[in-house]
Amino acid sequence: MHNSDPAGASRAEPVIRVAGLAKEYRVYDKPEGLAASIRALFRRTSRVVEAVKGVDLEVGRGEFVALLGPNGAGKTTLLKLLSGIITPSRGTATVLGHVPWERADDFRRRFALVMGQRNQLWWDLPAAESFRLHQEIYRIDPARFEKTRDELVDLLGVRKLILQPVRELSLGERMKLELVAALLHEPEVLFLDEPTIGLDVVAQHTIHEFLRDVQRRRRMTVVLTTHYMKDVAALCERVVVITRGDILYDGSLAEIVDRFTTHKIVTLDFDEAPDRGLIERFGFPCEFRGPQVVLRIDRTRIADVLPGILGAAGVRDVSVEDVPLEEIVAELFRADSRAAAVAEAAR
Amino acid sequence: MSDAVRPAGPLQGLRTWWTMLKICLEERLVYRGDFALGTLMRFLPIVTQVFLWTAVFGATSRGDIAGYSRNDIVAYYLLTMLTRAFSSMPGLAGGIARSVRDGSVKKFLIQPVDYVSFLLAARVAHKLVYYAVATIPFALVFFLCRSYFPPIPDATTIAAFLLSLALSFLLGFFMEATLGMLGFWFMEVSSIVFGYMLVQYLLSGHMFPIDLLRTVPTGLSGVSLADVVHWLPFEYTAYFSSAIWLGKVQGAALVNALLIEAGWVVVMAVACRVAWWRGTRRYSAFGG
Repeated sequence: MHNSDPAGASRAEPVIRVAGLAKEYRVYDKPEGLAASIRALFRRTSRVVEAVKGVDLEVGRGEFVALLGPNGAGKTTLLKLLSGIITPSRGTATVLGHVPWERADDFRRRFALVMGQRNQLWWDLPAAESFRLHQEIYRIDPARFEKTRDELVDLLGVRKLILQPVRELSLGERMKLELVAALLHEPEVLFLDEPTIGLDVVAQHTIHEFLRDVQRRRRMTVVLTTHYMKDVAALCERVVVITRGDILYDGSLAEIVDRFTTHKIVTLDFDEAPDRGLIERFGFPCEFRGPQVVLRIDRTRIADVLPGILGAAGVRDVSVEDVPLEEIVAELFRADSRAAAVAEAAR
Repeated sequence: MSDAVRPAGPLQGLRTWWTMLKICLEERLVYRGDFALGTLMRFLPIVTQVFLWTAVFGATSRGDIAGYSRNDIVAYYLLTMLTRAFSSMPGLAGGIARSVRDGSVKKFLIQPVDYVSFLLAARVAHKLVYYAVATIPFALVFFLCRSYFPPIPDATTIAAFLLSLALSFLLGFFMEATLGMLGFWFMEVSSIVFGYMLVQYLLSGHMFPIDLLRTVPTGLSGVSLADVVHWLPFEYTAYFSSAIWLGKVQGAALVNALLIEAGWVVVMAVACRVAWWRGTRRYSAFGG
């Protein structure tokens, strides 16, 4: 189901180029039970797990790309490859013209990786101290450093927090300061691994606004993994869906809705709970919520059937919406794992 | 972006290191209370040593053992405390192994900063804070025990003593850091560290002056166990500096021993670097 014409075919100046990139791990089976554990001391059984299987990807300067996929799909492995933490089993990749896993200092000064639950901030010290260390290791000009730092902390509204030991801060506050630390050296490429995990809605919103603002102004290239569709809808024009180490879909967010949904969600409001039989006779899956009815109607038929439904007695209000993104993606993942199961059975 | 990057002068590395040191210092100062108590506790075991050796000397009519009078022995143990304050690296190996296990070592793969330099800065900071806190208890104990010490040696001996202390810091650091890097290959290094500590305790002079091994044969004619230990790195982390102060090593023998110590520092620094290289390569290939 590879997209034959990825959105980036005509993209100018690719910053990330990935070709046939694959990463295999050898996993040792941990047997259950004492006897088996003792046997395993002498003979371990292992198998090879392909975390990423021959991925091709190009990302242009200034793009904001979301990597979506179920747990274990290979999203984080891909980010680790692109940031040079791990070396691939096969394939090539360049980021800003560098092979990431060569870990040249020139490269490392030009990108940043923020992992949701890992901290680059010093736990016992105020964030301001960690920032100062970053100024030194990234060799940021002092005047520019101060300007950037002030700008970033003001955008996130965390100026007061930078003088407080990091351990005293909440998860959301820490995450904001992590982002500031990662952006001080004005990286051209930013990798974000689940940046909003575990945060409340307000903090998520602040971080969205912040990322969008900084990304646009700096024309920064951002690749983000997430489980929250809110992140995607707020930030990314391009979505790459990964399942079982392979790219399943690569295209715009609008297109994903277009391509993978067959239905619209029609919500009808009545003055009082309507007669079920009256609605059910249209033959669409429906859900009754008191005076409200939610119908899933085939997209191709909506224009034909809607007038009839609206003609039903007592409809006070109507809304027609796309299937929520969460549901589309969940369905994509499910369809893929069903296909995998079928392929497995056929072997 | 590239225009915001300061050019890399020869002093840049030093500046970065200095900033790391300052930040590590601040971090360490958070735990100063912990240090103060720990320092006093360290003097407790020495009391048993003094009693033991008093008993040994009481049981023999000899005025000295392996060239050490009773006073020399007490002075030796006190000096060894001081040397160990330079060469011992509590938590270093375990900390490195833990950073590999919990993944925090990744930071040093992503950021343009060298892990070994960083660890060294952190350890210098650790030691500086420790000395600041420990000076008073050390000075007090040494003052109370001043009658055990021989007269203060000449300037050259003091210089050699200080040089040996600085080298013993580096030697201890690189030996333990190398052990910690084994964490890239083994999930748990604590048993390896324990084995190392045991050998270290026996052969460094922490337990007894290495001179006692001069009469222990090795099977090779004319070669005592002390001669073998002389070529190993361990005695340079405790025995050597104390022996300098007490005038047990002098002249050409002193120069020769300082060279051996410096040689071991270089060997262990290279070993540490190689272990880091190969370790990160392995980490990148298998884990991450």
